[in-house]
Amino acid sequence: MKILVCISNVPDTTTKVKFKEGDSLFDDSGVQWIINPWDELALTRAMELKEDAGNSVNEICVIHVGGASADATLRKALAIGADKAVRIDACPADAYHVAGQIAEYLKENPFDIIFSGIESSDYNGSSVGAMIAEFMDYPGISSVTSVNLDDDDIQVNRAIPGGKQVLKTETPFVAVVQKGIAMEPRIPSMRGIMMARKKPLEVKPAAELEVLTESIKFELPQEKGACKMIDSESAEQLVDLLKNEAKVL
Amino acid sequence: MNFEFTEEQLMIRDAARDFAQRELLPGVIERDEKAIYPTEQVKKLGELGFLGMLVGLDYDGGGMDTISYVLAMEEISKIDSSVSVIMSVNNSLVCWGVEKFGTEKQKQKYLKPMARGEKIGAFLLSEPEAGSDATSQRTTAVDMGDHYLLNGTKNWITSGKSASTYIVIAQTHPELKHRGINALIVEADSEGISVGPHENKMGMRASDTHSVMFNNVIVPKENLLGEEGFGFKFAMKSLEGGRIGIASQALGIASGAYELALKYAQERKTFGKEIINHQAIAFKLADMATEIEAARFFCLKAAWLKDQGKPYGHASAMAKLYAAETAMKVTTEAVQIHGGYGYVKEYHVERLMRDAKLTQIYEGTSEIQKIVISRGLVD
Amino acid sequence: MSVIAFAKNWNGKFKNSSFELVSYTKALANQLNTNMVVLSIGEVAEEELKLLGNYGADKVLTVSDPQLNTLTSRAYADIVAKAAESVGAEVIVLSDNNSGKAIAPRVSVKLKAGLVAAVQELPVSFEPFVVKKRVFSGKAFGHVQIKSDKKVLTIAKNCFGLLEASCVVAIEEFVVDIDTSLFKVKIVEEEEQKDKVILSDADVVVSAGRGMRSPENWAPVEELAEVLGAATACSRPVSDEGWRGHEEHVGQTGKVIAPNLYIAAGISGAIQHVAGISRSKCIVAINTDPEAPIFGVADYGIVGDVMDVLPRLAEAFRNSKS
Repeated sequence: MKILVCISNVPDTTTKVKFKEGDSLFDDSGVQWIINPWDELALTRAMELKEDAGNSVNEICVIHVGGASADATLRKALAIGADKAVRIDACPADAYHVAGQIAEYLKENPFDIIFSGIESSDYNGSSVGAMIAEFMDYPGISSVTSVNLDDDDIQVNRAIPGGKQVLKTETPFVAVVQKGIAMEPRIPSMRGIMMARKKPLEVKPAAELEVLTESIKFELPQEKGACKMIDSESAEQLVDLLKNEAKVL
Repeated sequence: MNFEFTEEQLMIRDAARDFAQRELLPGVIERDEKAIYPTEQVKKLGELGFLGMLVGLDYDGGGMDTISYVLAMEEISKIDSSVSVIMSVNNSLVCWGVEKFGTEKQKQKYLKPMARGEKIGAFLLSEPEAGSDATSQRTTAVDMGDHYLLNGTKNWITSGKSASTYIVIAQTHPELKHRGINALIVEADSEGISVGPHENKMGMRASDTHSVMFNNVIVPKENLLGEEGFGFKFAMKSLEGGRIGIASQALGIASGAYELALKYAQERKTFGKEIINHQAIAFKLADMATEIEAARFFCLKAAWLKDQGKPYGHASAMAKLYAAETAMKVTTEAVQIHGGYGYVKEYHVERLMRDAKLTQIYEGTSEIQKIVISRGLVD
Repeated sequence: MSVIAFAKNWNGKFKNSSFELVSYTKALANQLNTNMVVLSIGEVAEEELKLLGNYGADKVLTVSDPQLNTLTSRAYADIVAKAAESVGAEVIVLSDNNSGKAIAPRVSVKLKAGLVAAVQELPVSFEPFVVKKRVFSGKAFGHVQIKSDKKVLTIAKNCFGLLEASCVVAIEEFVVDIDTSLFKVKIVEEEEQKDKVILSDADVVVSAGRGMRSPENWAPVEELAEVLGAATACSRPVSDEGWRGHEEHVGQTGKVIAPNLYIAAGISGAIQHVAGISRSKCIVAINTDPEAPIFGVADYGIVGDVMDVLPRLAEAFRNSKS
């Protein structure tokens, strides 16, 4: 069984967000790039499934749509343990475009399970996974908190408000995963890091695809007004403000 | 001159940093206070390959360069130097020697498990009467024909109890003085070996430091490491590399303390502003940052020389001397910057200060480093 | 040319998010000078469908096939796309919730309609069609133009609010062929907490962190939540330590919520936690440390001991009700 993990390359979460060129582009100077945290958890789970002898997962491939600046991040994915990395050399213009490129790759290179993180920490799109499923006409499950393979029998947990569902499905399918899919992201071992350079990182040309949306500009949020401090003895005052001023009670 | 790290080196540094944050930080204060050996932590460190990171891939090691080692040691030491000393001894003092001078049989039997992190190594040189003056070895390894008979006491041994593989330095031919000293691989569960109580140390309290006593211990001839009479030279060569490990450890202790002090200085307010905006504190931090940067370059230069196959003993002595002195200074200042909070365990810096002291003493005191450096000034 | 909204129901009932969606879509339709249709999938009683009229709906298409009572994203997306085509919709709007995240992308691909998820407000402009959304996990906003003729939007919870109206609803059964081959995902088991207020739906949330000092101290938190009819939540260290369940963890790597009121007790306000709560309409912080970062994002703050303040708040609210 082969698993494909879709990887986004995002700025480290402690980055101070700035824009350039009249606020139309993200200013990436000095930015540390990392694997999108949800995708990292997805990759960790894929590795766990591969290491579990109780199923037939034998190949993990990671795929990314983007430029050469993402190669270091892809090699980290290889260091964590992916067998192969593929980069579609295209600007990741929007979710439709990214999903479309990945679908084109999938048409030539089928996989049994496709993992996608529920969102990326930069543009918070949460669309790519389900779009891939639609392009490929595969079943897709969203809000996935666990994927288990018992001898290739697939069991997926999906989060619902206030609870969860246990689902069965068949391959090929897309799992859009969120927190819980793995306990914590895997740290690459020394061996893994050494082996990363020896594993294939294929760069493929972009397919001709439409771009349906375009980012125009960015804006930073307004400075929030100062916090209104209330004396710890005056609980009634706070209740009153919440009722009549903020109107949330 | 290229001052940039490679992608792999950065990956290793990040892996060490993530490991330290996730696996070492929780419980580090308690482990230090109660001198609890970090069993789980060492096991995980071994699984990731850090305990044999310098050993070649063909012997199940990580095949990493010494620069990566410096980076990893620094990151681990920022958080937990009890764990990093175990890592340094295993890598620099035990694995290195066996890989460089061991027979194929010795490498298969002893090096591989240590490189994989499944077994821990210890280096037994110091004795009650022989610390800085390592030539006066009292431990004897008498040549009995088909084996050596080992008798004596070694002390201050890191991983004295947890190690399964010892490298023991002992005198075989006293008439040859230091040319009659041998290095032997000794299995820790051999008959006649007893381990003294856990030393109650000032710092690095979670690593297990013990005396080890040998009473008529039989060591097979095939466990001789290197040639007859090579033991003293072997020990000195091993320590040259060990200095890089300890220098990196001292660097990590210093930079860990500095980072904490920097953060604190930006949060703590006195007289209406954050203390970093008071020049006295700002100047302290500037000095600390500068000295740490210098210490880092010393470590990296020594590592680079070793990786290039060039002589590095002089550079590693400078690195160890400077980094250890820096660690002591920086950690003391870090406590000072924290004020009263620096004096309590919860804020970590007091532990780093206690840890720093040992770096000035072990694997060659600062005074010994000065002897090495001064001798090297005159060819 | 019209606008269509897919209003999800849960066991035949709509939630506030469904009503907010209708309010938004009505306002959008008004701005576009066109009509709006609401689509409902699954068995929903007529009285329940009529509730949509209280928020501006005048026409509802319902697909009341019982095998659609639980979400099957492929089938739902298929129906949404077909309904959109049948009414000639230019804009399709869904809520940015678990089902919206599963359906909207599929509809986008089916109709080649550009999608922007978690939109914050009505479009900034119509020619070009530009919408605003949060980016960088709440650190900034992005303006995105949808260039395709058809457009799909999902709206962020609590971004618009409820706009009451009183419309007479015309309900029409939308007849559609359901391709059963689309039902490849089968539900084997379902677990849903029935007794507590669901965190992602709650209007009011009482959350606590390490400032509570011990898991034994949670009674005041639960008491205040009960008095307010609120859900309980916690910060990451609390769920990591096992003091509270993971489902209560709110933050960048936990749940991102948008209640009307979020009360943070004994929570310092680390960036990762704030990322999970910054969409709240109103934030109240209680902490002994006046320098705690949480006060930088809170609307109201109390410096004090949570063990004293929480019971006082509960008491004050109880008194105000009577």
